[in-house]
Amino acid sequence: MPWKALMAIIETKNLTYTYPGAAWPAIKEVSIKIEKGEFTLITGPSGCGKTTLCRCFNGLIPHFYQGELKGEITVAGLKVQEHPVYEMATHVGMVFQNPENQLFALSVEKDVAFGLENLGVPREEIRKRVDWALKLTDIYELRERTPTELSGGQQQRVAIASVLAMQPEVIVLDEPTSFLDPLGAKKIFEVIYELNKKLGITIVLVEHRLDLTAKYADHIIIMDGGRVVLEGEPHEVLSSEEARLIGVGIPKATRLYKMLKADGVKLGGKVPLSSEEMAEKIREALKSRD
Amino acid sequence: MIEVEDVYFTYPSGVEALKGVSLTIRDGEFVAIMGENGAGKTTLVKHFNGLLKPTRGRVLVDGVETTKVSVATLARKVGFVFQNPDHQLFCETVDEEIAFALKNFGFNQDVIEKRVSWALNLLGLSQYRKTSPFMLSGGERKRVALASVLAWDPKILILDEPTIGQDYQQKEKLRQFILQMNAQEKTVVIVTHDVEFVAECNPRVLLMRGGKIVADGEARKVLTNPEVLEQASIVPPQIAQIFLNLSDLGFPRDVIDVYEAREVLLKAFRSQKQ
Repeated sequence: MPWKALMAIIETKNLTYTYPGAAWPAIKEVSIKIEKGEFTLITGPSGCGKTTLCRCFNGLIPHFYQGELKGEITVAGLKVQEHPVYEMATHVGMVFQNPENQLFALSVEKDVAFGLENLGVPREEIRKRVDWALKLTDIYELRERTPTELSGGQQQRVAIASVLAMQPEVIVLDEPTSFLDPLGAKKIFEVIYELNKKLGITIVLVEHRLDLTAKYADHIIIMDGGRVVLEGEPHEVLSSEEARLIGVGIPKATRLYKMLKADGVKLGGKVPLSSEEMAEKIREALKSRD
Repeated sequence: MIEVEDVYFTYPSGVEALKGVSLTIRDGEFVAIMGENGAGKTTLVKHFNGLLKPTRGRVLVDGVETTKVSVATLARKVGFVFQNPDHQLFCETVDEEIAFALKNFGFNQDVIEKRVSWALNLLGLSQYRKTSPFMLSGGERKRVALASVLAWDPKILILDEPTIGQDYQQKEKLRQFILQMNAQEKTVVIVTHDVEFVAECNPRVLLMRGGKIVADGEARKVLTNPEVLEQASIVPPQIAQIFLNLSDLGFPRDVIDVYEAREVLLKAFRSQKQ
Protein backbone atom coordinates (compact mmCIF):
# COMPACT_ATOMS: atom_id res chain seq x y z
CA MET A 1 0.00 0.00 0.00
CA PRO A 2 1.46 3.40 -0.97
CA TRP A 3 0.19 5.12 2.19
CA LYS A 4 2.61 3.12 4.32
CA ALA A 5 5.43 5.28 3.00
CA LEU A 6 3.61 8.57 3.63
CA MET A 7 3.70 10.76 6.68
CA ALA A 8 1.47 10.07 9.67
CA ILE A 9 -0.98 12.93 10.22
CA ILE A 10 -2.34 11.43 13.43
CA GLU A 11 -0.09 9.38 15.66
CA THR A 12 -0.70 8.18 19.21
CA LYS A 13 1.59 6.22 21.51
CA ASN A 14 0.22 4.46 24.58
CA LEU A 15 -2.61 6.98 24.83
CA THR A 16 -4.69 6.43 27.96
CA TYR A 17 -7.46 8.74 29.11
CA THR A 18 -9.75 8.81 32.13
CA TYR A 19 -12.75 11.20 32.33
CA PRO A 20 -12.92 13.32 35.53
CA GLY A 21 -14.45 11.22 38.31
CA ALA A 22 -14.56 8.03 36.21
CA ALA A 23 -13.46 4.80 37.86
CA TRP A 24 -11.60 3.40 34.87
CA PRO A 25 -10.00 4.78 31.67
CA ALA A 26 -12.20 5.22 28.59
CA ILE A 27 -9.26 4.45 26.29
CA LYS A 28 -6.24 2.35 27.22
CA GLU A 29 -2.75 2.37 25.69
CA VAL A 30 -3.94 3.25 22.21
CA SER A 31 -1.09 3.34 19.68
CA ILE A 32 -2.22 4.12 16.15
CA LYS A 33 -0.91 5.79 13.04
CA ILE A 34 -3.19 7.44 10.48
CA GLU A 35 -1.42 8.49 7.29
CA LYS A 36 -2.08 11.70 5.41
CA GLY A 37 -4.79 11.26 2.77
CA GLU A 38 -6.09 8.01 4.23
CA PHE A 39 -9.75 7.09 4.71
CA THR A 40 -9.87 5.43 8.12
CA LEU A 41 -12.89 3.72 9.62
CA ILE A 42 -13.08 3.30 13.41
CA THR A 43 -15.62 0.82 14.71
CA GLY A 44 -16.33 -1.37 17.72
CA PRO A 45 -19.08 -2.13 20.25
CA SER A 46 -21.04 0.76 21.77
CA GLY A 47 -19.06 2.28 24.66
CA CYS A 48 -15.71 0.94 23.35
CA GLY A 49 -14.01 4.35 23.37
CA LYS A 50 -14.41 5.40 19.70
CA THR A 51 -15.90 8.82 20.45
CA THR A 52 -13.39 9.42 23.26
CA LEU A 53 -10.48 8.73 20.92
CA CYS A 54 -11.90 11.19 18.36
CA ARG A 55 -12.18 13.88 21.06
CA CYS A 56 -8.41 13.59 21.48
CA PHE A 57 -7.76 14.35 17.81
CA ASN A 58 -8.77 18.02 18.03
CA GLY A 59 -7.79 18.59 21.65
CA LEU A 60 -11.30 18.56 23.19
CA ILE A 61 -9.54 16.00 25.36
CA PRO A 62 -7.69 17.15 27.47
CA HIS A 63 -8.43 20.91 27.07
CA PHE A 64 -12.24 20.89 27.39
CA TYR A 65 -13.01 17.60 29.14
CA GLN A 66 -9.95 17.73 31.45
CA GLY A 67 -9.48 14.40 33.23
CA GLU A 68 -6.21 12.52 32.97
CA LEU A 69 -4.45 12.03 29.62
CA LYS A 70 -1.29 9.92 29.50
CA GLY A 71 0.88 8.95 26.56
CA GLU A 72 1.66 10.83 23.36
CA ILE A 73 -0.57 12.26 20.63
CA THR A 74 0.54 14.29 17.62
CA VAL A 75 -1.91 15.64 15.04
CA ALA A 76 -0.75 17.53 11.93
CA GLY A 77 2.68 17.80 13.51
CA LEU A 78 1.34 19.39 16.71
CA LYS A 79 1.46 17.85 20.18
CA VAL A 80 -2.21 18.08 21.16
CA GLN A 81 -1.54 18.66 24.86
CA GLU A 82 0.43 21.81 24.05
CA HIS A 83 -1.95 23.49 21.57
CA PRO A 84 -5.39 24.93 22.37
CA VAL A 85 -8.59 23.65 20.73
CA TYR A 86 -9.01 26.74 18.50
CA GLU A 87 -5.59 26.08 16.99
CA MET A 88 -6.21 22.33 16.56
CA ALA A 89 -9.60 23.17 14.98
CA THR A 90 -7.92 24.80 11.98
CA HIS A 91 -6.33 21.41 11.21
CA VAL A 92 -9.03 19.02 12.36
CA GLY A 93 -12.76 19.46 11.67
CA MET A 94 -15.21 17.48 13.81
CA VAL A 95 -18.74 16.37 12.98
CA PHE A 96 -20.43 15.05 16.11
CA GLN A 97 -22.94 12.28 16.62
CA ASN A 98 -25.65 14.66 17.76
CA PRO A 99 -25.90 17.66 15.40
CA GLU A 100 -27.89 19.70 17.94
CA ASN A 101 -24.71 19.97 20.01
CA GLN A 102 -22.90 21.95 17.36
CA LEU A 103 -25.52 24.18 15.71
CA PHE A 104 -26.43 27.51 17.27
CA ALA A 105 -26.74 30.32 14.67
CA LEU A 106 -30.00 31.86 13.48
CA SER A 107 -29.58 30.70 9.91
CA VAL A 108 -27.96 27.72 8.24
CA GLU A 109 -25.74 30.04 6.22
CA LYS A 110 -24.47 31.84 9.34
CA ASP A 111 -23.73 28.53 11.02
CA VAL A 112 -21.66 27.38 8.07
CA ALA A 113 -19.85 30.74 7.88
CA PHE A 114 -19.12 30.95 11.62
CA GLY A 115 -15.79 29.12 11.70
CA LEU A 116 -14.44 31.06 8.72
CA GLU A 117 -15.47 34.42 10.22
CA ASN A 118 -13.61 33.52 13.39
CA LEU A 119 -10.47 32.81 11.41
CA GLY A 120 -10.73 36.20 9.67
CA VAL A 121 -11.09 34.77 6.17
CA PRO A 122 -11.91 37.53 3.59
CA ARG A 123 -15.63 38.08 2.93
CA GLU A 124 -15.58 37.01 -0.71
CA GLU A 125 -13.75 33.79 0.15
CA ILE A 126 -16.28 33.07 2.91
CA ARG A 127 -19.17 33.56 0.46
CA LYS A 128 -17.55 31.20 -2.02
CA ARG A 129 -16.70 28.45 0.45
CA VAL A 130 -20.09 28.60 2.21
CA ASP A 131 -21.95 28.24 -1.10
CA TRP A 132 -19.62 25.42 -2.12
CA ALA A 133 -20.20 23.53 1.15
CA LEU A 134 -23.98 24.12 1.06
CA LYS A 135 -24.21 22.79 -2.49
CA LEU A 136 -22.01 19.76 -1.84
CA THR A 137 -24.23 18.72 1.06
CA ASP A 138 -27.41 19.50 -0.88
CA ILE A 139 -28.80 22.11 1.55
CA TYR A 140 -28.34 25.27 -0.51
CA GLU A 141 -32.13 25.74 -0.54
CA LEU A 142 -32.21 25.66 3.26
CA ARG A 143 -29.58 28.39 3.71
CA GLU A 144 -31.96 30.96 5.22
CA ARG A 145 -33.76 28.52 7.55
CA THR A 146 -33.09 28.25 11.28
CA PRO A 147 -31.05 25.10 12.07
CA THR A 148 -33.16 24.26 15.14
CA GLU A 149 -36.29 23.98 12.98
CA LEU A 150 -34.76 21.45 10.62
CA SER A 151 -35.15 17.67 10.83
CA GLY A 152 -32.37 15.60 12.41
CA GLY A 153 -31.10 14.55 9.00
CA GLN A 154 -31.03 18.10 7.65
CA GLN A 155 -29.19 19.27 10.79
CA GLN A 156 -26.58 16.60 10.19
CA ARG A 157 -25.96 18.02 6.73
CA VAL A 158 -25.56 21.52 8.18
CA ALA A 159 -23.00 20.23 10.68
CA ILE A 160 -21.06 18.54 7.89
CA ALA A 161 -21.23 21.67 5.68
CA SER A 162 -19.87 23.90 8.45
CA VAL A 163 -16.85 21.63 8.83
CA LEU A 164 -16.36 21.29 5.05
CA ALA A 165 -16.30 25.07 4.64
CA MET A 166 -13.20 25.20 6.86
CA GLN A 167 -11.38 22.84 4.46
CA PRO A 168 -9.29 21.30 7.24
CA GLU A 169 -6.57 18.71 6.60
CA VAL A 170 -8.41 16.10 8.66
CA ILE A 171 -12.16 15.64 9.03
CA VAL A 172 -13.34 13.44 11.88
CA LEU A 173 -16.97 12.30 11.61
CA ASP A 174 -18.64 10.50 14.50
CA GLU A 175 -21.61 8.58 13.05
CA PRO A 176 -22.42 11.58 10.87
CA THR A 177 -25.44 10.11 9.11
CA SER A 178 -27.25 8.29 11.90
CA PHE A 179 -30.37 10.49 11.47
CA LEU A 180 -30.31 10.46 7.66
CA ASP A 181 -32.43 8.27 5.41
CA PRO A 182 -30.37 5.61 3.60
CA LEU A 183 -30.21 7.44 0.27
CA GLY A 184 -29.25 10.66 2.08
CA ALA A 185 -26.60 8.74 4.04
CA LYS A 186 -25.22 7.19 0.87
CA LYS A 187 -24.96 10.64 -0.72
CA ILE A 188 -23.08 12.02 2.29
CA PHE A 189 -20.65 9.07 2.29
CA GLU A 190 -20.05 9.68 -1.42
CA VAL A 191 -19.36 13.37 -0.73
CA ILE A 192 -16.91 12.42 2.02
CA TYR A 193 -15.23 9.88 -0.25
CA GLU A 194 -14.87 12.50 -2.97
CA LEU A 195 -13.30 15.00 -0.55
CA ASN A 196 -10.86 12.28 0.35
CA LYS A 197 -10.01 11.26 -3.20
CA LYS A 198 -10.10 14.66 -4.94
CA LEU A 199 -8.90 17.07 -2.26
CA GLY A 200 -6.77 14.56 -0.36
CA ILE A 201 -8.44 15.43 2.96
CA THR A 202 -7.70 12.76 5.57
CA ILE A 203 -10.96 11.19 6.76
CA VAL A 204 -11.59 9.49 10.08
CA LEU A 205 -15.08 8.03 10.17
CA VAL A 206 -16.66 6.39 13.22
CA GLU A 207 -19.40 3.99 12.12
CA HIS A 208 -21.25 0.84 13.12
CA ARG A 209 -22.88 0.34 9.74
CA LEU A 210 -20.08 -1.29 7.81
CA ASP A 211 -22.49 -2.44 5.06
CA LEU A 212 -22.64 1.20 4.01
CA THR A 213 -19.08 2.34 4.62
CA ALA A 214 -16.46 -0.43 4.55
CA LYS A 215 -15.99 -0.15 0.79
CA TYR A 216 -14.70 3.45 1.07
CA ALA A 217 -12.00 2.76 3.65
CA ASP A 218 -8.24 2.18 3.19
CA HIS A 219 -7.72 1.43 6.85
CA ILE A 220 -9.94 0.08 9.60
CA ILE A 221 -9.44 0.23 13.36
CA ILE A 222 -11.58 -1.97 15.62
CA MET A 223 -11.79 -1.03 19.30
CA ASP A 224 -13.16 -3.01 22.22
CA GLY A 225 -13.10 -2.09 25.92
CA GLY A 226 -11.02 1.05 25.30
CA ARG A 227 -8.28 -0.75 23.37
CA VAL A 228 -7.44 -1.17 19.71
CA VAL A 229 -7.95 -4.89 19.10
CA LEU A 230 -7.69 -5.20 15.31
CA GLU A 231 -6.26 -2.93 12.68
CA GLY A 232 -5.33 -3.02 9.01
CA GLU A 233 -6.67 -3.29 5.48
CA PRO A 234 -10.51 -3.62 5.57
CA HIS A 235 -10.85 -6.73 3.36
CA GLU A 236 -8.39 -8.62 5.55
CA VAL A 237 -9.64 -7.33 8.90
CA LEU A 238 -13.34 -7.84 8.18
CA SER A 239 -12.88 -11.38 6.88
CA SER A 240 -10.93 -12.43 9.98
CA GLU A 241 -12.42 -14.74 12.58
CA GLU A 242 -11.46 -12.21 15.31
CA ALA A 243 -13.68 -9.50 13.79
CA ARG A 244 -16.64 -11.86 13.84
CA LEU A 245 -16.00 -12.83 17.45
CA ILE A 246 -15.80 -9.20 18.63
CA GLY A 247 -19.27 -8.82 17.14
CA VAL A 248 -18.72 -5.94 14.72
CA GLY A 249 -21.36 -5.73 12.01
CA ILE A 250 -19.55 -7.53 9.19
CA PRO A 251 -21.13 -6.49 5.84
CA LYS A 252 -23.72 -9.04 4.62
CA ALA A 253 -21.84 -9.46 1.32
CA THR A 254 -18.73 -10.50 3.30
CA ARG A 255 -20.73 -12.89 5.49
CA LEU A 256 -22.42 -14.50 2.51
CA TYR A 257 -19.02 -14.96 0.81
CA LYS A 258 -17.56 -16.63 3.88
CA MET A 259 -20.57 -18.92 4.33
CA LEU A 260 -20.44 -20.07 0.71
CA LYS A 261 -16.68 -20.64 0.93
CA ALA A 262 -17.21 -22.77 4.03
CA ASP A 263 -19.80 -24.74 2.06
CA GLY A 264 -17.12 -25.53 -0.52
CA VAL A 265 -18.16 -23.09 -3.26
CA LYS A 266 -15.14 -21.80 -5.17
CA LEU A 267 -15.22 -18.01 -5.27
CA GLY A 268 -12.15 -16.23 -6.53
CA GLY A 269 -10.13 -13.19 -5.50
CA LYS A 270 -10.39 -10.82 -2.56
CA VAL A 271 -13.12 -10.98 0.05
CA PRO A 272 -15.98 -8.67 -1.05
CA LEU A 273 -17.18 -5.73 1.08
CA SER A 274 -19.95 -4.44 -1.21
CA SER A 275 -22.91 -5.99 -3.04
CA GLU A 276 -21.37 -5.12 -6.43
CA GLU A 277 -18.17 -7.02 -5.60
CA MET A 278 -20.15 -10.02 -4.35
CA ALA A 279 -22.51 -10.14 -7.34
CA GLU A 280 -19.50 -10.04 -9.67
CA LYS A 281 -17.88 -13.00 -7.90
CA ILE A 282 -21.07 -15.06 -8.11
CA ARG A 283 -21.35 -14.29 -11.83
CA GLU A 284 -17.74 -15.36 -12.44
CA ALA A 285 -18.12 -18.54 -10.43
CA LEU A 286 -21.30 -19.53 -12.29
CA LYS A 287 -19.68 -18.78 -15.63
CA SER A 288 -16.52 -20.78 -14.94
CA ARG A 289 -18.64 -23.86 -14.34
CA ASP A 290 -20.44 -23.70 -17.66
CA MET B 1 -55.05 -2.19 18.34
CA ILE B 2 -54.24 1.16 16.72
CA GLU B 3 -56.62 2.53 14.11
CA VAL B 4 -55.72 5.60 12.10
CA GLU B 5 -58.58 7.00 10.04
CA ASP B 6 -57.79 9.49 7.28
CA VAL B 7 -55.53 11.59 9.50
CA TYR B 8 -54.24 15.01 8.48
CA PHE B 9 -51.89 17.00 10.67
CA THR B 10 -50.61 20.55 10.30
CA TYR B 11 -47.98 21.97 12.65
CA PRO B 12 -48.59 25.49 14.08
CA SER B 13 -45.86 26.71 11.68
CA GLY B 14 -48.16 25.78 8.80
CA VAL B 15 -46.22 22.71 7.65
CA GLU B 16 -48.68 19.94 6.69
CA ALA B 17 -46.88 16.80 7.90
CA LEU B 18 -49.63 14.20 7.37
CA LYS B 19 -51.92 14.26 4.36
CA GLY B 20 -54.55 11.58 4.73
CA VAL B 21 -53.06 8.54 6.47
CA SER B 22 -55.19 5.46 7.18
CA LEU B 23 -53.94 2.21 8.67
CA THR B 24 -54.64 -0.45 11.25
CA ILE B 25 -52.03 -2.06 13.47
CA ARG B 26 -53.30 -5.21 15.16
CA ASP B 27 -52.22 -6.48 18.59
CA GLY B 28 -48.95 -8.40 18.44
CA GLU B 29 -47.86 -6.91 15.12
CA PHE B 30 -44.31 -5.76 14.43
CA VAL B 31 -44.29 -2.77 12.10
CA ALA B 32 -41.36 -0.77 10.73
CA ILE B 33 -42.13 2.71 9.41
CA MET B 34 -39.53 3.86 6.91
CA GLY B 35 -39.09 6.72 4.48
CA GLU B 36 -37.13 9.84 3.69
CA ASN B 37 -36.27 12.57 6.19
CA GLY B 38 -39.29 14.80 6.71
CA ALA B 39 -41.78 12.22 5.36
CA GLY B 40 -43.92 12.42 8.52
CA LYS B 41 -42.84 9.18 10.24
CA THR B 42 -42.23 10.66 13.69
CA THR B 43 -45.32 12.89 13.37
CA LEU B 44 -47.41 9.80 12.68
CA VAL B 45 -46.16 7.77 15.65
CA LYS B 46 -46.58 10.75 17.99
CA HIS B 47 -50.30 10.36 17.26
CA PHE B 48 -50.24 6.81 18.66
CA ASN B 49 -49.73 7.94 22.26
CA GLY B 50 -51.68 11.18 21.94
CA LEU B 51 -48.64 13.50 21.99
CA LEU B 52 -50.13 14.97 18.83
CA LYS B 53 -53.85 15.06 17.97
CA PRO B 54 -55.04 14.96 14.38
CA THR B 55 -56.03 18.22 12.70
CA ARG B 56 -58.57 16.11 10.79
CA GLY B 57 -59.50 12.42 11.07
CA ARG B 58 -59.19 10.18 14.16
CA VAL B 59 -56.77 7.88 15.93
CA LEU B 60 -58.13 5.11 18.17
CA VAL B 61 -56.05 3.06 20.60
CA ASP B 62 -57.93 -0.06 21.71
CA GLY B 63 -61.12 1.57 20.48
CA VAL B 64 -60.67 4.83 22.42
CA GLU B 65 -60.13 8.07 20.55
CA THR B 66 -56.85 9.75 21.57
CA THR B 67 -58.57 13.12 21.96
CA LYS B 68 -60.80 11.66 24.72
CA VAL B 69 -58.01 10.63 27.13
CA SER B 70 -54.90 12.29 28.57
CA VAL B 71 -51.39 11.47 27.37
CA ALA B 72 -50.63 10.26 30.89
CA THR B 73 -53.42 7.67 30.68
CA LEU B 74 -52.34 6.56 27.25
CA ALA B 75 -48.69 6.32 28.35
CA ARG B 76 -49.45 3.36 30.62
CA LYS B 77 -50.50 1.45 27.53
CA VAL B 78 -48.29 3.03 24.88
CA GLY B 79 -44.58 3.41 25.66
CA PHE B 80 -42.65 5.84 23.50
CA VAL B 81 -38.85 5.97 23.16
CA PHE B 82 -37.65 9.11 21.41
CA GLN B 83 -35.06 9.37 18.65
CA ASN B 84 -32.77 11.55 20.74
CA PRO B 85 -32.29 10.14 24.26
CA ASP B 86 -31.24 13.57 25.54
CA HIS B 87 -34.85 14.66 25.09
CA GLN B 88 -36.02 12.22 27.71
CA LEU B 89 -33.21 11.70 30.23
CA PHE B 90 -32.91 14.01 33.24
CA CYS B 91 -32.20 12.06 36.45
CA GLU B 92 -28.89 11.94 38.30
CA THR B 93 -28.34 8.22 38.04
CA VAL B 94 -29.35 5.52 35.61
CA ASP B 95 -31.43 3.60 38.14
CA GLU B 96 -33.35 6.73 39.23
CA GLU B 97 -34.05 7.40 35.58
CA ILE B 98 -35.55 3.96 35.09
CA ALA B 99 -37.48 4.05 38.38
CA PHE B 100 -38.99 7.48 37.66
CA ALA B 101 -42.00 6.45 35.59
CA LEU B 102 -42.64 3.41 37.79
CA LYS B 103 -42.92 5.71 40.83
CA ASN B 104 -45.29 7.97 38.92
CA PHE B 105 -47.48 5.04 37.99
CA GLY B 106 -47.62 4.17 41.72
CA PHE B 107 -45.90 0.78 41.72
CA ASN B 108 -44.70 -0.31 45.15
CA GLN B 109 -41.00 -0.24 46.05
CA ASP B 110 -40.44 -4.02 45.73
CA VAL B 111 -41.88 -4.12 42.25
CA ILE B 112 -39.92 -1.02 41.24
CA GLU B 113 -36.64 -2.58 42.33
CA LYS B 114 -37.37 -5.79 40.49
CA ARG B 115 -38.39 -4.06 37.29
CA VAL B 116 -35.40 -1.70 37.34
CA SER B 117 -32.97 -4.61 37.76
CA TRP B 118 -34.74 -6.56 35.04
CA ALA B 119 -34.54 -3.67 32.56
CA LEU B 120 -30.89 -2.87 33.38
CA ASN B 121 -29.94 -6.47 32.95
CA LEU B 122 -31.85 -6.88 29.70
CA LEU B 123 -30.08 -3.93 28.10
CA GLY B 124 -26.61 -4.65 29.49
CA LEU B 125 -26.57 -1.57 31.74
CA SER B 126 -26.20 -3.12 35.20
CA GLN B 127 -22.66 -1.79 35.68
CA TYR B 128 -23.93 1.79 35.19
CA ARG B 129 -26.69 1.64 37.84
CA LYS B 130 -25.18 4.52 39.86
CA THR B 131 -23.67 6.44 36.93
CA SER B 132 -25.11 9.68 35.57
CA PRO B 133 -26.82 9.03 32.22
CA PHE B 134 -24.91 12.01 30.83
CA MET B 135 -21.56 10.29 31.45
CA LEU B 136 -22.52 7.46 29.09
CA SER B 137 -21.86 7.14 25.36
CA GLY B 138 -24.54 7.99 22.80
CA GLY B 139 -25.42 4.34 22.26
CA GLU B 140 -25.61 3.65 25.98
CA ARG B 141 -27.85 6.68 26.66
CA LYS B 142 -30.16 5.37 23.96
CA ARG B 143 -30.41 2.07 25.86
CA VAL B 144 -31.14 3.86 29.16
CA ALA B 145 -34.05 5.64 27.46
CA LEU B 146 -35.32 2.29 26.18
CA ALA B 147 -34.91 0.63 29.59
CA SER B 148 -36.88 3.42 31.28
CA VAL B 149 -39.89 2.71 29.06
CA LEU B 150 -39.62 -1.11 29.01
CA ALA B 151 -39.61 -1.09 32.81
CA TRP B 152 -43.33 -0.31 33.02
CA ASP B 153 -44.18 -3.03 30.50
CA PRO B 154 -46.41 -1.13 28.08
CA LYS B 155 -48.67 -3.13 25.80
CA ILE B 156 -47.67 -1.11 22.74
CA LEU B 157 -44.07 -0.04 22.28
CA ILE B 158 -43.02 2.73 19.90
CA LEU B 159 -39.31 3.10 19.19
CA ASP B 160 -38.10 6.06 17.15
CA GLU B 161 -34.78 5.07 15.54
CA PRO B 162 -33.86 2.41 18.12
CA THR B 163 -30.70 1.22 16.36
CA ILE B 164 -28.84 4.56 16.15
CA GLY B 165 -25.44 4.21 17.81
CA GLN B 166 -26.03 0.53 18.57
CA ASP B 167 -23.43 -2.05 17.65
CA TYR B 168 -24.15 -5.39 16.05
CA GLN B 169 -24.56 -7.29 19.33
CA GLN B 170 -26.92 -4.68 20.80
CA LYS B 171 -28.98 -4.77 17.62
CA GLU B 172 -29.17 -8.54 17.81
CA LYS B 173 -30.38 -8.28 21.42
CA LEU B 174 -32.95 -5.68 20.41
CA ARG B 175 -34.19 -7.97 17.64
CA GLN B 176 -34.50 -10.92 20.05
CA PHE B 177 -36.31 -8.69 22.51
CA ILE B 178 -38.81 -7.44 19.92
CA LEU B 179 -39.53 -11.03 18.83
CA GLN B 180 -40.11 -11.92 22.47
CA MET B 181 -42.51 -8.96 22.89
CA ASN B 182 -44.35 -10.16 19.79
CA ALA B 183 -44.64 -13.66 21.20
CA GLN B 184 -46.42 -12.11 24.19
CA GLU B 185 -48.93 -10.48 21.83
CA LYS B 186 -47.40 -7.05 22.34
CA THR B 187 -47.27 -4.54 19.54
CA VAL B 188 -43.97 -3.02 18.45
CA VAL B 189 -43.74 -0.08 16.06
CA ILE B 190 -40.30 1.15 15.04
CA VAL B 191 -39.38 4.18 12.97
CA THR B 192 -36.08 3.47 11.30
CA HIS B 193 -33.66 4.12 8.47
CA ASP B 194 -31.73 0.96 9.24
CA VAL B 195 -32.53 -1.27 6.25
CA GLU B 196 -30.16 -4.02 7.37
CA PHE B 197 -31.91 -4.27 10.73
CA VAL B 198 -35.31 -4.42 9.05
CA ALA B 199 -34.02 -7.07 6.62
CA GLU B 200 -32.99 -9.23 9.58
CA CYS B 201 -36.34 -8.84 11.35
CA ASN B 202 -38.69 -9.10 8.34
CA PRO B 203 -41.56 -7.09 9.89
CA ARG B 204 -44.48 -5.43 8.11
CA VAL B 205 -43.04 -2.34 6.44
CA LEU B 206 -44.84 0.96 5.87
CA LEU B 207 -43.07 3.34 3.51
CA MET B 208 -43.90 7.02 3.82
CA ARG B 209 -43.30 9.91 1.52
CA GLY B 210 -44.59 13.47 1.71
CA GLY B 211 -47.02 12.79 4.56
CA LYS B 212 -48.60 9.73 2.93
CA ILE B 213 -48.12 5.97 3.01
CA VAL B 214 -46.81 4.81 -0.37
CA ALA B 215 -46.25 1.10 0.35
CA ASP B 216 -47.44 -1.37 2.98
CA GLY B 217 -46.37 -5.02 3.06
CA GLU B 218 -43.91 -7.69 4.10
CA ALA B 219 -40.29 -6.47 4.33
CA ARG B 220 -39.11 -9.01 1.74
CA LYS B 221 -41.56 -7.59 -0.80
CA VAL B 222 -41.22 -3.87 -0.02
CA LEU B 223 -37.42 -3.82 0.42
CA THR B 224 -36.84 -5.57 -2.91
CA ASN B 225 -38.87 -3.15 -5.00
CA PRO B 226 -36.28 -0.61 -6.21
CA GLU B 227 -38.82 1.79 -7.78
CA VAL B 228 -40.84 2.21 -4.58
CA LEU B 229 -37.69 2.38 -2.43
CA GLU B 230 -36.11 5.09 -4.52
CA GLN B 231 -39.25 7.23 -4.07
CA ALA B 232 -38.92 6.86 -0.31
CA SER B 233 -35.17 7.56 -0.32
CA ILE B 234 -34.28 4.04 0.82
CA VAL B 235 -31.41 1.91 -0.46
CA PRO B 236 -32.16 -1.85 -0.66
CA PRO B 237 -30.36 -4.03 1.93
CA GLN B 238 -27.06 -5.51 0.76
CA ILE B 239 -28.41 -9.03 0.12
CA ALA B 240 -31.31 -7.59 -1.90
CA GLN B 241 -28.82 -5.52 -3.92
CA ILE B 242 -26.89 -8.69 -4.79
CA PHE B 243 -30.03 -10.49 -5.97
CA LEU B 244 -31.34 -7.48 -7.90
CA ASN B 245 -27.96 -7.35 -9.61
CA LEU B 246 -28.23 -11.06 -10.51
CA SER B 247 -31.89 -11.06 -11.57
CA ASP B 248 -30.92 -11.54 -15.25
CA LEU B 249 -29.54 -14.98 -14.31
CA GLY B 250 -32.99 -16.12 -13.21
CA PHE B 251 -32.52 -15.76 -9.45
CA PRO B 252 -35.52 -14.69 -7.37
CA ARG B 253 -35.64 -10.96 -6.69
CA ASP B 254 -37.14 -11.03 -3.22
CA VAL B 255 -34.28 -12.33 -1.08
CA ILE B 256 -33.21 -10.15 1.88
CA ASP B 257 -31.93 -12.71 4.38
CA VAL B 258 -28.32 -13.92 4.32
CA TYR B 259 -29.24 -17.54 5.19
CA GLU B 260 -31.88 -17.70 2.49
CA ALA B 261 -29.36 -16.21 0.05
CA ARG B 262 -26.93 -18.98 0.90
CA GLU B 263 -29.56 -21.69 0.23
CA VAL B 264 -30.57 -20.20 -3.10
CA LEU B 265 -26.97 -19.83 -4.28
CA LEU B 266 -25.90 -23.29 -3.08
CA LYS B 267 -28.73 -24.81 -5.09
CA ALA B 268 -27.60 -22.90 -8.18
CA PHE B 269 -23.98 -23.98 -7.77
CA ARG B 270 -24.94 -27.62 -7.17
CA SER B 271 -27.21 -27.82 -10.20
CA GLN B 272 -24.36 -26.39 -12.31
CA LYS B 273 -22.05 -29.13 -11.14
CA GLN B 274 -24.26 -31.94 -12.46
